[in-house]
Amino acid sequence: MPLLDVRDLSVTFARRGQRTVRAVDGVSFGVHAGEVVGLVGESGCGKSVTSLAIMGLLPKQRGVTIDGVADFDGTDLLKTDARAMRDIRGRDVAMIFQDPLSSLNPVVPIGVQVTEVLTRHRGMRGEAATKEATALLDRVGIPDPARRLKEYPHQLSGGMRQRALIAMAVACKPRLLIADEPTTALDVTIQAQILELLKELVRDSGTALIMITHDLGVVAGMCDTVNVLYAGRVIENARRKPLFYEPRHPYTTGLLRSVPRLDAGRGTPLNPIRGSVRDVLPWPDGCAFAPRCDRRVDACVGEPPALVVGYDGHGYRCVNPTPQGAQP
Amino acid sequence: MTNLVEVKDLEVHFPIKRGVLFDRVVGHVKAVDGVDLTIVKGKTYGLVGESGCGKSTLGRALLQLTPPTGGEVVFDGVPLTSLPPKQLRAMRRRMQMIFQDPMSSLDPRMNVESILTEGLRAHGVGGNRTERRAVIAKTLDAVGLPRWALSRYPHEFSGGQRQRIGIARALVLGPELIVADEPVSALDVSIQAQVVNLLDELQDQLGLTYLVIAHDLAVVRHISDTVGVMYLGALVEEAAADDIYATPLHPYTRALMSAVPVPDPDVEDRRERILLAGDLPSPANPPSGCRFHTRCPWAQPTRCRDERPALRVIGTATHRVACHWAEDIEAGRLRPHSVEASLVTPPEMAGAKEAQGALESALENPGGPVI
Repeated sequence: MPLLDVRDLSVTFARRGQRTVRAVDGVSFGVHAGEVVGLVGESGCGKSVTSLAIMGLLPKQRGVTIDGVADFDGTDLLKTDARAMRDIRGRDVAMIFQDPLSSLNPVVPIGVQVTEVLTRHRGMRGEAATKEATALLDRVGIPDPARRLKEYPHQLSGGMRQRALIAMAVACKPRLLIADEPTTALDVTIQAQILELLKELVRDSGTALIMITHDLGVVAGMCDTVNVLYAGRVIENARRKPLFYEPRHPYTTGLLRSVPRLDAGRGTPLNPIRGSVRDVLPWPDGCAFAPRCDRRVDACVGEPPALVVGYDGHGYRCVNPTPQGAQP
Repeated sequence: MTNLVEVKDLEVHFPIKRGVLFDRVVGHVKAVDGVDLTIVKGKTYGLVGESGCGKSTLGRALLQLTPPTGGEVVFDGVPLTSLPPKQLRAMRRRMQMIFQDPMSSLDPRMNVESILTEGLRAHGVGGNRTERRAVIAKTLDAVGLPRWALSRYPHEFSGGQRQRIGIARALVLGPELIVADEPVSALDVSIQAQVVNLLDELQDQLGLTYLVIAHDLAVVRHISDTVGVMYLGALVEEAAADDIYATPLHPYTRALMSAVPVPDPDVEDRRERILLAGDLPSPANPPSGCRFHTRCPWAQPTRCRDERPALRVIGTATHRVACHWAEDIEAGRLRPHSVEASLVTPPEMAGAKEAQGALESALENPGGPVI
């Protein structure tokens, strides 16, 4: 039984006078304690909306409909009311956002923002809260934490801000952590520091981690299982190694072939995927990736491809998958 | 092998000013601090480094978009730094730039045809209306955009197509040198490859010379012949692309290479990461001696702190490294040690953050008041 079990999650945005957008379309996946699950995809594939829906951060009115189940240890997070959700958020489930500067309050010192979590969920006050906050900042590798508590977000570098945000997220030892592109805004050397920190947290405390990213390199180094999203659906899910060495969906294959690699030399031509993410077919009319796909056959159009589950739970939605054993 | 661009001891220092009534200069942000490099005609020079290392400023200073405060830039035998404005403008035709974010570098109220015509008009080239049309049509074909694109506006295109418009705008004047500042970093992964391939094809067809500035080492490896690594305003290592990736000699280059994630689980599981402690020091108050000694796992007492290493040739003739101990590290005679992360903005240097801001506002608004 996974810690978080997401089944058939769908999110639609409707606005008067405009086309209804189905940003997430029947996404299912599970996360076990101590496991790192990746949600991978390009902009607009619905990976962030999925995480916001699980966290209950999407507005409930104004044409937003959320369907499906997100079973977190017996509680359906999607049906929980806002008040109960406030107790869960930050204590049991926490989130790290992409841009630390816009998710920290610029006019409140770091210390107050960190202790806020401790006061709200762990009932700590005054001296004890400050002491705990210092320990937290120290744990995430911020030098001279006592002084940093009095400083404002703009006085910290990007990497330090992301560390502060992680300190806030792990303050209550959450059982599930969602990291939405946690290193995209950072430089590579700082990215390596932050990823190492996240790995440590998972290893030491058994936290389940959902890693949302577009960087396949990060996925290769971090995730145990991977879900590849395209146009709001999971088009392939597998354990890490089968996904990288035997990808079945042509989109996954294409992505792996198009990424410039550090260990491939000058002159190796890249194999880009044709067209752009805008060229999608609506799912009810067939495979959304068909307009850009090299392996397209007639059966791709007409109805959406069903999920095929193969050996060891390796699943893909494709009627003409990349043959097994083909080099990615 | 002729050199198209020669940069000698280039310096760009931005003043940090304080005061209400009188602007006092209280220090300088040394964005670029003594860089020498040459770009061979028809080849690609890749410049990598992390944010704030001065790579973009170097690119802009090379085109004289940001006036250098010292040093010299020679383009095809002509010293640009001492050229009168009128002649400099004429030279600009031969060197163009591609920007990072295609949306903010294209005027949303101009259609593609006017975007492409503007440069031709400004330089008074391209002849009459029909001749201009022919030039533009040829450029569109070269970058793989359809003819109907001419009457459309930037917002009607996807990110990859917008970047193609940016490339077309640079190409339409028939330049020899193109400075591409982060040409693909704003694009989706599946689109990046399209643009990288396009840049490669254009170089083959038109014999262009590129200076590609990027933070993504994998992208740079794919398009560059020579790669230069910058840290805090100076080059720390420069070599042929394959060389620098096979045998990085500078500790910073090693750390940078080891930090780049590779989309291959086996490689990721095996590799040894060199984790750097702390952050980039402030360019307003760079460390003494070797700029990297505060974060270097191989730093040795006194010499690294006291003496600034110059670029020197090690190994192959084109491999230049600015490290006192490069040979000893390569031979394994020096072992890495752990480094305490140091505070980057101590309170007495509270100007450092503002200096960063000053750097950015100075880039946008060179003449205006700073801070």
